Amino acid sequence: MLTVFVNGEATVTSAATLAELVAQFGFPETGVATALNGDFVPRGAREATRLVGDDKVEIVSPRQGG
Amino acid sequence: MNSALPDPVTPPSFRLYGVGVTSRLLLGTALYPSPKVMTDSVKAAGAGIVTVSVRRESARANSGRGFFELIRSLNVRVMPNTAGCRTPREAIATAHMARELFGTDWVKLEVIGNDDTLQPDLFGLLEAARALISDGFKVFPYTTEDLIAAERLREAGCEVLMPWAAPIGTGRGLANPYALRSLRTYFPDTPLIIDAGIGAPSHAAAAMEMGFDAVLLNTAVARAADPVRMAGAFAAAIEAGRTAFEAGLMEMRDTATPSTPVAGTPFFGLDKS
Repeated sequence: MLTVFVNGEATVTSAATLAELVAQFGFPETGVATALNGDFVPRGAREATRLVGDDKVEIVSPRQGG
Repeated sequence: MNSALPDPVTPPSFRLYGVGVTSRLLLGTALYPSPKVMTDSVKAAGAGIVTVSVRRESARANSGRGFFELIRSLNVRVMPNTAGCRTPREAIATAHMARELFGTDWVKLEVIGNDDTLQPDLFGLLEAARALISDGFKVFPYTTEDLIAAERLREAGCEVLMPWAAPIGTGRGLANPYALRSLRTYFPDTPLIIDAGIGAPSHAAAAMEMGFDAVLLNTAVARAADPVRMAGAFAAAIEAGRTAFEAGLMEMRDTATPSTPVAGTPFFGLDKS
């Protein structure tokens, strides 16, 4: 088990990759975009992106904007 | 309307990164009292481009999908922003996430330098613009009226500039009309969109009379007592301002001149008392 930060909140997870983490949260694969430690991770690269302790993950979706 | 009269309004038409745009009013999608008021306001504005953003998703809310479906139903072009980003690195990552989510390489690039004024950090803006343009983005930089920043952004490959009128959400209108006029004069062929600080339709009309290509609004419509009617009011003002610009405004004068002919004025020369 790892502790990572998902959208700023400490989260204990068994996910080994970013793709698994997104799935564990129940997010639709194409409905969210991700960044790891400040850098964008394209959808197609999530599977190959392995998580390590204290990683900072951002998971975002479309929202209202000005 | 009397159909015997020719349509007095030249159909607006300009291009943003090669894309023909018919409406000169771009509308934000935030701060409306309800999703329905937002969509009705976009329709009333006749907006062809709306701004959107990305925000952290919550597993419980899963609110992104519903919003995006609503926007899709409007059949308008979306311009994602990087609102709230304070560094080029944040803005670059946010722009990439937005491109993947919204499927567009357009980005309204914001790099905010000050939390109170929400003033663009022009140095960070330029750095982020260069990086994103090299990654294939069509960058619409939220900038100030600064001429040198504008020059550098153009050199970096920004084909459109979006100078503020006043700080975001203030509704103060054109805070520095002299500088905005200079910007218009120095960049006659660059599409210039006034972004932020517009509070009233008269502000938008004034910008259009100066020859700006379009206006991007959000708060002034969303926070009106009746946003849908206000969207219509802005659309009318922007059309009027543009038409006035194309028609050519008279020169301002310091001295009065009579509009009614002086020759033949009755009683002329009789008052000798």
